[in-house]
Amino acid sequence: MKQIFGRPEGLTEVHQRYCPGCGHGIVHRIIGELLVKLEIRERTIGIAPVGCSVFADEYFNCDMIQPPHGRGPAVSTGIKRSRPDCIVFSYQGDGDLAAIGTAEIVHAAARNENITVIFINNAIFGMTGGQLAPTTLPGMKSTTSVQGRDVKKQGYPIKVCELLAGLDGPYYLERTAVNTPKNIIKTEKALRTAFKNQIEDKGFSLVEILSMCPTN
Amino acid sequence: MANKKLMYGNHAIVEGVLSAGCRFFAGYPITPQNEIPEYMSIRMNEIGGTFVQTESEIAAINMLFGAAAAGKRAMTSSSSPGISLMQEGISYIAGADIPVLVVNVIRGGPGLGNIAPAQSDYYQATRGGGHGDYFTITLAPNSAQELYEFPKLAFELAEKYRNPALILADGLLGQMMEAVEYTIAPVDPNDLPEPPYALSGCKGRERRVVRSYDLKPGRLEAWNFERQKKYAQITKQEQRSESTDCANADLIIVAYGTCARVCSAAVRMAREKGLRVGLFRPITLWPFPKDMLAELSAKTDDFLVVEMNLGQMIDDVRLATDCRKKIHFHGRPGGGVPTPPEIFEKIKQILGGA
Repeated sequence: MKQIFGRPEGLTEVHQRYCPGCGHGIVHRIIGELLVKLEIRERTIGIAPVGCSVFADEYFNCDMIQPPHGRGPAVSTGIKRSRPDCIVFSYQGDGDLAAIGTAEIVHAAARNENITVIFINNAIFGMTGGQLAPTTLPGMKSTTSVQGRDVKKQGYPIKVCELLAGLDGPYYLERTAVNTPKNIIKTEKALRTAFKNQIEDKGFSLVEILSMCPTN
Repeated sequence: MANKKLMYGNHAIVEGVLSAGCRFFAGYPITPQNEIPEYMSIRMNEIGGTFVQTESEIAAINMLFGAAAAGKRAMTSSSSPGISLMQEGISYIAGADIPVLVVNVIRGGPGLGNIAPAQSDYYQATRGGGHGDYFTITLAPNSAQELYEFPKLAFELAEKYRNPALILADGLLGQMMEAVEYTIAPVDPNDLPEPPYALSGCKGRERRVVRSYDLKPGRLEAWNFERQKKYAQITKQEQRSESTDCANADLIIVAYGTCARVCSAAVRMAREKGLRVGLFRPITLWPFPKDMLAELSAKTDDFLVVEMNLGQMIDDVRLATDCRKKIHFHGRPGGGVPTPPEIFEKIKQILGGA
């Protein structure tokens, strides 16, 4: 029997522990497929964040490193500058990238580091149980804002793409979503561009992907 | 000797690091070590290495994590408050068993403190420094020559044991000028073999993962026990020290770095007055050279620990002598530097003579 659909070689055989309905699995699959389609799997080094996708170091079938919370862009810089022929991607959630790692992402973008950042924005801290994130929308409930985000007390959400777009450094910034098949196709295109930019030495690329956290 | 140059201690570190074949530096400005990144930026540019001035010490240590995990020799330098910021990263690097070199040109503390020389980061350097059970190999040079020579030694030890290494200097060692003899045959980084953990792309081999976490019950515990064996091996094999006039001494001074230089002058003053005083200088602070000190304590009853802090290494001296000896202390915290006459007075107090 001919197999027409299966796990891409860019993903390992390890069973993913993400909750049913979570967006991580969709984005993982897109990246896993791109590593193969772009023929970069064997020269790619991925960075897993702290958060739900900390386990990404078990799921992507390429060299991986797991650094401290929010420091992915700094670790990526160290790797890319040491091994410019390798393709380096930093996979980060919104707590990792937009809260504790704000300085690292802003400065990596300002330096136009030739890396690819995949920024999963589900507007919540997932792994720790649904606390307020810097991306939580006004009025949105979390375990540390049970009445909904009150902008008078908790301020306004950070719009990462808009923030980084104010810099001269970054080469490519895009925001997509994985909530519909149409958006998933757009996400695939954006990620393909973000990896191709790095292959062609064009510089810093970040794709912000709006994702779901059904558990929180 | 043609290969001798008068240079700043901080510049000597840079030449030593480059001689060791290191081509990656990331760091953030802080006094009194700014001559290191400044001179490094020029030299890396000359020889085609990487210099990154970072947004913080946090970014610097994590760039090192990346570069070293990619299999390259990588170093950073900072001073006390900056080293505090790096502790999270050093813990991760120790937890992932990756070798890096961190230079701490210590200044007065705590807090912002001042920019004067100090040794108040001894505990931080020798007890791990960050969270979790780990140690960092810690070297304490006392001259520009050693500032030049120790980076290569530090890289070799770090790589042999897959562990972060620290060099502890202070503002005085970094800022003073001394003759340095270029004794190291420069290492070509291309001649260094790719380490077995290096992230380089998985072409033709199994993929590699560098990480410090393991959530499977029992496995992290086993991993820590493995590391404990490594630490025992380092403690057994890598203790380094220097003893001067310690045989038949009535009093042995224990001091490292700048304090050892000051104390060697005080020892000469005492010897001229007929007082039998020796100097024991730890060169590795972790592992502390306890075996040699224990040996010396068989014949001598009095020890004087001199530190530029409130008394930190004194704990290791007590442990090395099983608390059976009289351990005297003279300390100058907050950027104070002792003088030879000051130490000589202390010697006279203890020995009651001259």
